[in-house]
Amino acid sequence: MSTSTTSAGRLAGKVAFITGAARGQGRSHALRLAREGADIIAIDLCGPLPTVGYPLSTPDDLAMTVDLVEELDRRIVAAPADVRDLASLERALADGVAELGRLDIVCANAGILSSGSLADLTEEAWREMIDINLSGVWRTCRAAIPHLIAGGRGGSIVLTSSVAGLKSYPNIAHYVSAKHGVTGLMRTLAVELARHRIRVNSVHPTQVDTDMIQNDVMYRLFCPDSENPTKEEFAAASRATGLLPVDWVEAIDVSNAVLFLASEDARYITGTALAIDAGALIS
Amino acid sequence: MPALEGKVALITGAARGQGRSHAVRLAAEGADIIAIDICAQIESVPYPLARPADLEQTAAEVRALGGRIVTAHADVRSQAELRAAVDAAVGQLGRLDIVCANAGIHSSAPAHEMPEQAWQDLIDVNLTGVWLTCKVAVPHIIAGGRGGVVIVTASVAGHKPYATISHYVAAKHGLIGLTKTLAQELAPHGIRVNAVSPTQVDTDMIQNDMIYRLFVPGAERPTREQFAEASQATNLLPVPWVEPSDVSDAVAFLAGDGARFITGVSLPVDAGVLAK
Repeated sequence: MSTSTTSAGRLAGKVAFITGAARGQGRSHALRLAREGADIIAIDLCGPLPTVGYPLSTPDDLAMTVDLVEELDRRIVAAPADVRDLASLERALADGVAELGRLDIVCANAGILSSGSLADLTEEAWREMIDINLSGVWRTCRAAIPHLIAGGRGGSIVLTSSVAGLKSYPNIAHYVSAKHGVTGLMRTLAVELARHRIRVNSVHPTQVDTDMIQNDVMYRLFCPDSENPTKEEFAAASRATGLLPVDWVEAIDVSNAVLFLASEDARYITGTALAIDAGALIS
Repeated sequence: MPALEGKVALITGAARGQGRSHAVRLAAEGADIIAIDICAQIESVPYPLARPADLEQTAAEVRALGGRIVTAHADVRSQAELRAAVDAAVGQLGRLDIVCANAGIHSSAPAHEMPEQAWQDLIDVNLTGVWLTCKVAVPHIIAGGRGGVVIVTASVAGHKPYATISHYVAAKHGLIGLTKTLAQELAPHGIRVNAVSPTQVDTDMIQNDMIYRLFVPGAERPTREQFAEASQATNLLPVPWVEPSDVSDAVAFLAGDGARFITGVSLPVDAGVLAK
């Protein structure tokens, strides 16, 4: 069981729900899990937000995720939905489970980034962050857990936290608070759901090479002394936060960790915070 | 000279419980007090919150020690209410040195059955309310140019999980992150930021039927004695709970110069819960 590497894949017959699936880490998770045989329920906001200073995903991005999963001969049910709106999540899940027949895996991945010191951070930015990166993760679980329990086959929930869920960084108090909160939520869900054989773990990436970090907001956060920080300057500053000699990790590195936690290889792992951080937490 | 003579301390949730205890303790050390409480009910909270008379009692106890106190009814979820209360009180007392972000609430349900309003109210009060308190109060400390202290009331639930209070655990974990981040941001101003993380404290927030049922899920009508037994089982030391004064002792230590090089820590007052 722990070395299940049949040609059907390690997740054959399973269905995974992924938030923030239009691009970045979410799309990467969808493709990685589909490659191992899982069918996918994918949602994303597919639109802008008032306090986010970089472009968010579009309906075309989500359509691309659909195309890429279907190219792998897996089924996918995708819909725009907002993790701030519980009803929209419940609808997307009801439709997805009706079509795909079950639910086994949940990847609560949707998240945003903004920045500001205590003085500069607006209440709107704080609330939008907490509402998406913390309460949105809870709403995702609130909507999905009844389907996992109803299936009676256990399940695996993987919450996307961050190294910022385990250590602090200045000028993103709302992000650090939300991601620490996700760590607490993961631990609590692990306690509550163990009797249903539902495992709950979190992944804690360092900077991942996606649109959420390759933008001016992030460049300025990492290079506060530079007037117009370049990708190269950011790369050097980003590399300095870790131990391994890499500028950042790739989305696939996080997806590989998610796959491990979602699979039977991790069947007795629950309540664990898994860092994919190139050593950032011990640097 | 008392350790906090001439200083001014802001305390949220000061009408009773730990907040009142902190107010009285810091006043005994010589501080003047700004005491804020909502003094009203929040619907998703299944036990009575403080009333105006409770805040008056806090004021009477501080004055009995010879201390000055300014009280205000304000909701930590409202930046406007907090700002009006804090700005007016700092104007009256002349400065601000110490912030105890203590206001908090409690409710209970499994994460997948929790009403959305219960999640939202608890995150708003216990997490966002602490940030708003800091956002409104810290500029007054910075303006003083003398440094200062922020003490966030977290919980052992900021470090470990408890079933059926996912919102509380998430909020309190969030406070540990907020404490460390603000410690980083405010160190250049000589402002220290720390958390206290108590186990069960003998206040109205735990001495109620909701908490009794949380700790004694098997009993039809759990008693205080049954709760005491279950609560003691979570601790290493043979006590069912700690007293508000125990948390106030930790707050007074962190507020004083004896802790002048302590910042970014979470100090458990937990009878050994986290070592268990």
